[in-house]
Amino acid sequence: MDRRHLITTGELSRAEIEAILARATEIDEGADADISDFLLGLLFFEPSTRTRLSFEAAAKRLGGDVVDLGAVEASSVEKGETLADSVRVLEGYCDAMVLRHPREGAARMATEFVNIPLINGGDGAGHHPSQTLLDLYTIQKHHGLDGLTIGILGDLKYGRTVHSLATALTKFDADQHFISPESLRLPRDIRFDLHEGGATVREHTSMEAILPLLDVLYVTRIQRERFPDENEYRSVAGQYRIDEAVLADASDDLIILHPLPRVDEIDPAIDETDRAKYFEQSHNGVPVRMALLELLMEGSR
Amino acid sequence: MTEHELRVSKIENGTVIDHVTGGQSLNVLSILGIDGTEGSVLSIAMNVPSGRLGRKDILKIEDRELSQEEVDVLSLIAPEATINIVRDFEVIEKSRVERPSHVRGILSCPNHSCITSSGEPVTPKFDVLPTGVRCAYCGTILRENLAEHLAKPS
Repeated sequence: MDRRHLITTGELSRAEIEAILARATEIDEGADADISDFLLGLLFFEPSTRTRLSFEAAAKRLGGDVVDLGAVEASSVEKGETLADSVRVLEGYCDAMVLRHPREGAARMATEFVNIPLINGGDGAGHHPSQTLLDLYTIQKHHGLDGLTIGILGDLKYGRTVHSLATALTKFDADQHFISPESLRLPRDIRFDLHEGGATVREHTSMEAILPLLDVLYVTRIQRERFPDENEYRSVAGQYRIDEAVLADASDDLIILHPLPRVDEIDPAIDETDRAKYFEQSHNGVPVRMALLELLMEGSR
Repeated sequence: MTEHELRVSKIENGTVIDHVTGGQSLNVLSILGIDGTEGSVLSIAMNVPSGRLGRKDILKIEDRELSQEEVDVLSLIAPEATINIVRDFEVIEKSRVERPSHVRGILSCPNHSCITSSGEPVTPKFDVLPTGVRCAYCGTILRENLAEHLAKPS
């Protein structure tokens, strides 16, 4: 398999996804994974904890190391350097890079300026494909990816993890339900991709009717800044909060995922139940990103 | 259009673009990068009654033959346009515009948070869909009012 970059999940074939997940399973079970003399560049123009740290952990567990641009305000970006220049400079210091940027299309553009493997670590309200790989890994472990009924809940308009996950699931036999307030529906381009991928887009404003059907509930955060006023935000956020009462009609096997960080969209009481898989999901970031880095570096060496 | 009108406006050499969507001829010129300063004689008829289109625009550009590549981008705003290449007062070639697979530098992305709207050294690029166009960077789909998103000449 010769893959250079990872920008969106739309460009991954089912076979590629399965190969990465299979390799992540081997690594998780203790298989040797070693890339010597490997330096991963971390270029994060937006705050990040999980993505940055799990890529760093993955690089170090592979026997490599990281070079990190650090906080944006401390760097040349504050002096007005373009992203095109930043990536070309960093390219000289590392063997592959992860880029997070507040603008959509940033990673796609960056690939036009560098010759080393580049992973989109999140581009604005666009995509976040490596998150999807660990989401799929977690789902596969507990349920399998075919014959799946999944509900994706929350901010579907700006949620990049949602865009990447929904697109990737079109390659599997998965029934997808999208639950959000009207103002945070899936954007047109993602609905287009889902239709092109052969998926039926089922959209709901409330989860009551479909909750009993679900094997997986993927919860995302609804952000305060997406609403014109505090009251509207509170009323919407309250409607989509997950607690034991809401889950009364759910199947016993339903699992709950969340890309984290969460604020108050999942009641902490759920954490102690077998349904809560979001911390495990977050831990899966390391073996999955090790498998991804290994694949990209194989292609480039 | 009557024989009399046609005779009046025949050109010796150049390109006649007919069946342009009514009201779009100035946008057509903008796409072609023609603003009149080149010095060639240019005639524009706007909102001419047309059996097929209701209203159409006609452009006559003298002493310039447009390539297929140049005219294909017109299909985005004037899908019915026909191109007539004229030499010695005779139409030597007549063709329809065809939708290109992508266009570069013609449109700007309507998504204000697209990387192409932030001063980076890249030219906006769109893939052409059966209906509409799609930003090759951020993926935003643009279907309506394409003319409002024509890139400003730099």
